[in-house]
Amino acid sequence: MIRLHDVAKEYTRTRVALSHVTCQIKRGEFVFLIGPSGSGKTTILRLLYMEEKPTHGDVWVNGVHSASAKRKEISQLRRKLGIVFQDFRLLEDRTAEQNVAFALEVTGASAATIPQRVTRVLTQVGLASKATQMPRQLSGGEQQRVAIARALVNDPYFLLADEPTGNLDERATRGVFQLLRDINASGTSVIMATHDLEMVRRADDARTIELNHGRVVFDSDETPPPETRYTPLLGQPAIGGPSEGNWPAPPRGKR
Amino acid sequence: MLAVREAFNASRRAPLLSALGVITIAFSLFAFGLFALVAVNIRQALRGVEERVEVRAFVSEGTPAEAIVAAMGDIRSFPEVARVDYVDQEGALARARRDLGEFNDVFEEAMLPASLDIHLRAGLGNPGNVRDVAERVKSYQFVDDVRYGEEWVEKLYQLRTLAAGTGLGLGLAFAAVSIIIIGATIRVSVLARAREISIMRLVGATDGFVRAPFLIDGFIKGIVGGLLALLMTWAAYRAIDTRFLDLVFFDPRFVAIGILCGALIGVLGSATSVWSHLRRI
Repeated sequence: MIRLHDVAKEYTRTRVALSHVTCQIKRGEFVFLIGPSGSGKTTILRLLYMEEKPTHGDVWVNGVHSASAKRKEISQLRRKLGIVFQDFRLLEDRTAEQNVAFALEVTGASAATIPQRVTRVLTQVGLASKATQMPRQLSGGEQQRVAIARALVNDPYFLLADEPTGNLDERATRGVFQLLRDINASGTSVIMATHDLEMVRRADDARTIELNHGRVVFDSDETPPPETRYTPLLGQPAIGGPSEGNWPAPPRGKR
Repeated sequence: MLAVREAFNASRRAPLLSALGVITIAFSLFAFGLFALVAVNIRQALRGVEERVEVRAFVSEGTPAEAIVAAMGDIRSFPEVARVDYVDQEGALARARRDLGEFNDVFEEAMLPASLDIHLRAGLGNPGNVRDVAERVKSYQFVDDVRYGEEWVEKLYQLRTLAAGTGLGLGLAFAAVSIIIIGATIRVSVLARAREISIMRLVGATDGFVRAPFLIDGFIKGIVGGLLALLMTWAAYRAIDTRFLDLVFFDPRFVAIGILCGALIGVLGSATSVWSHLRRI
C-alpha cells in the first residue's frame, strides 16, 4: 500500500514541485501519472522510492514512513520496488544477464539461485536469447526490457516507471507497455509516469492521476464535487501528442 | 566475496585509472619515504655523537684500588649510566698521544691523572642527567675534578631536540600531503563509478555493501603503492649509499609499518570519498 498525505515538496521557496498531494495506491493497481513537464510526476516517484523526503506531509510505502525511514530501511524497501527510467540506467560494461543479476547480487541473494532467477525474468520480458549481449548491442526497446527485468527480478510489490517509453519508437513503446500490463496482470502494482496520452487512452481500466503545477488536478478514482468539476485532459481530443501547449491550466479551487 | 570480486572488476574495467591511483600513492609515499630516510640518518648520526657523551672524573694520585672498584660498582648502578671504564695514568698518556699526535713531544715527560670514564645510556644524555651524574661523582673524596663539556652537551641536546621537532613537523606535513593527494585520486575513481553506485542504491544495496569494494580497492592500492614506494626508496638509498655517503636503511619493523600505513591511507581515503559521495545521493 502506498499513501501520500498532504505532501508538499519545495526545492526552494520559489520552486514548489508538489503541494497538497493526497492519494492512496493499493496493491495490484495500474496507475498512470500524467501531466506536463515540471508538473511533479517524477517528484512523486522519487518520494515513493525515498530518494527524497517531502518538505511537508507524509509518505508511506509498504509500511515505511518517509519521516522516520533510516537509510538501511530505504535500501530494504527498494528491494521490493522495481524502478525503471527513461534512460534505462544499465551498466554498459555488463551483459544483459549480468545487469539483471547485479540487482540480486547487491541485495545478498543466494548465488545458487541467481542464474535461474535471471533466466526466468529475461524469458518473461522476451530477451532470453539476448542474455549475453551488451547493452550497446541491444535496441532501445530491448534495453528497456533489460531494465524492466532488473526491476522485476526481486519480485517487487510495486514497479515505478518514470517515462519508460520516452526514448522509444512507437513499436517498442507498444511492446514495453504491453509488458508492463502483463506484469500488472500477474499482481505487481505499476505506477507509470508518462506523457503519452494515447497510451493512457488505450488502457481505460487503469487509474489516472493528473498533475499540474505540483497539484493533483484529476484522479479517475475520485469523483470531484460538481462545483469544482474539472475536465480532465483525457476527455479532450488528442492534438498532436503531448506537447506543452496541450496541457490546460490547473482548475481554480481544486486541490 | 562479491565485494572482493567487484574491487578487482573495477580495476580490470578501468586499468589506467587504477594504475594512476597506485602510482600516485607510490610517489606520495616515496616522497614521505625519502624524507623518513633523511630523518632516520640524521637521527643515527646524532645518536653516534651522543654515544660519545661521557663524564670524566679525575682520580687523585694514590687512591687505593679498592676504593676505585667500589666507586665504579656504585656508579654503574646509576640508572643513567651505561658503562664505567677506569683509565690509569699510563692509559691516559697513551690516549693523549693517540688523540693529539702533534703534541707527542709535550706528553713525553708529562704525567696525566687517572680517570673514571662514565658513558651514559642512549637517550639519557640530556644536559640535566649529565650534570646530575657529574655532581654525584664529584662527591667522591678521591675525585679531584669532573669534566663533561657542559656547553657542548647543551648544544648537542638542542640540535637533537630541533631535529626531532623539525622531523615530526615535516613528517606530519608530508603525511598530510600524501593523504590529500591519495584521497583526491580515490575520489576520482569513486566519481568514475558514480553511475554504478547510484544503480546499486536504486536496486537496494546498503551503504555498507556499496562501500566494501571501494575499501578493498583502496586497501589493495595502498599496499601495492606502499611496496612500490619502498622499492623506490630502497633504490634511492642504494644509489646514495654506494656513491656518496654511508647510510642506514629502515629496519624491517619500520618497513612493515610503512606499508601498513599505505594500506591504511588507501582504506581511509576510500572510506571518506565514498562516505561523502553517499551522503550526497
